[in-house]
Amino acid sequence: MFDLILVHTRYQFLEQLRVPIALVASAFFPAAAMLALVVPFAGSDPASATSATAGMMLFGAMSAALIGLSINVAQDREQPWDPYLRTLPAGPLPRFAGRILTTMAGMLLSVVPVLLISAFLTAAAISPLRLALGIGALLVGSVPFMLLGLFIGYAASPKAAIAVSQVAYFPIAALGGLLVPLEVMPGFVQSLAPFVPSRGAIELMWAAVAGRTPSPVSLAAFAGWIVLAAAAAAWAYRRDEGRRFS
Amino acid sequence: MNPPVLARAIEATRRYGDVLALDRVSLDIGAGELVGLLGPNGAGKSTLMNLLVGLRRPTSGTVELFGGSPSDPAVRRGIGVTPQETGLPESLRVGEIVDFVSAHFPERYGTAELLARVGLGDLVRRQVGGLSGGQRRRLAVALAFAGRPRLVFLDEPTTGLDVEARRTLWEGIRSFHADGGTVVLTSHYLEEIEALAQRVVVIGRGRVLADGTVREVRDVVGVRRVSFAAPAVPDLPGILRSSVEDGRVHLLTTDSDLLVTELVRAGTAFADLEVRPTSLEEAFITITSEEEARV
Repeated sequence: MFDLILVHTRYQFLEQLRVPIALVASAFFPAAAMLALVVPFAGSDPASATSATAGMMLFGAMSAALIGLSINVAQDREQPWDPYLRTLPAGPLPRFAGRILTTMAGMLLSVVPVLLISAFLTAAAISPLRLALGIGALLVGSVPFMLLGLFIGYAASPKAAIAVSQVAYFPIAALGGLLVPLEVMPGFVQSLAPFVPSRGAIELMWAAVAGRTPSPVSLAAFAGWIVLAAAAAAWAYRRDEGRRFS
Repeated sequence: MNPPVLARAIEATRRYGDVLALDRVSLDIGAGELVGLLGPNGAGKSTLMNLLVGLRRPTSGTVELFGGSPSDPAVRRGIGVTPQETGLPESLRVGEIVDFVSAHFPERYGTAELLARVGLGDLVRRQVGGLSGGQRRRLAVALAFAGRPRLVFLDEPTTGLDVEARRTLWEGIRSFHADGGTVVLTSHYLEEIEALAQRVVVIGRGRVLADGTVREVRDVVGVRRVSFAAPAVPDLPGILRSSVEDGRVHLLTTDSDLLVTELVRAGTAFADLEVRPTSLEEAFITITSEEEARV
């Protein structure tokens, strides 16, 4: 079974690399935002440059998780290749696990330009240990977005998945304070911020890279989002399975 | 002694909402058989295939594969299925797709050998997106054999292929069968079924309408249409169905020679006699309506 998960991951990742639009998009936007928003305004102060870099890493990972995953799932569901794979002697697990691992690999690739810009063009500083912790926090912080991506992908057509995931992406990122610090945002954004999933995720990252204490409200909301998104993804997956394979 | 049964449907019924796609179908497929499923589009061939390969479960009745359930992945190690060529992952190379599919099976062919067998030996490194329709079809058929299956399901294996490619593929299917493999193939071309199959199962409106040797089934579906100008349908033997349109009588029969002889012998006035083979479609309609008349 483990062998098959690796096989599925390998070929799905190859497909991603050969048509790298999703990879390029999730690497380009945070890198551009980094150059436009972080380097000129927060680049000279080590602490704020480091937290802003973490925000941009999450911004890129969110794109891979929410937009990339939902579009991939929705497109694959429409291809006759999908039912063919179900005739092979493997359950649905290897393909599903391959999808998640491929998305995670895409997320890790998408943060590379942000890290390079941060290292060379800002005063951000981080120890190797804290960087490793930060990447771990990035993967944990992306869980609700992967689940939301799965939900959208299993519930919507490819065109609807593109629209829905992109419409959700920017407001969630902005409301969580990923793009610009919450302190410069209007009051209603500040009061809303603790309840969006990106807030808990970025506070986890700041805890990892800078040792800041996350707000309990944001963490509770983050956990709540995971439960909610998992339930929604499971519902959409079962509904799709029932429609196509029962 | 009968060969062991590899695949079996017992009173299998499948509904999609209000649509009855398969209606109490019972069928045994024995080891070493080469069975053709013949029927018009929408007749239930694909539904039956989907039940046998585990993609769908019957609404009622039972479907077995090697004595187990087709929905058990371990059971499916013994089968091979053709994907639809339109869905092959565009960005993967031909050899990569074969490697990927082969990795699911304990026994496999070498990728190069398998591709050489379907005439794609020199395209191992070509991306699927750059293949012609016929090349994709051949790749799809090759994938069905990748895991050295005991039983292979080929859905319209040669649709869209030129004559030469079709013959190559037919040879491949025959040699797999000669080595002891079991084949179930669908087609809506009688010619293809005739060329390959020993046993033909005709499916129409979700039921098995005929199940026999190619010859037996051809006699059933070998219906001809005899038409001539006459005021009314004369009383003649062997008429399956008759109708009168614009002063012309149309008769469907399995024995047009006898019918015409009797027509002349009866001394009825007629003009403008025409005898032509019916399409497979018409033949199916005839069999199906007989079936309904009997119920």
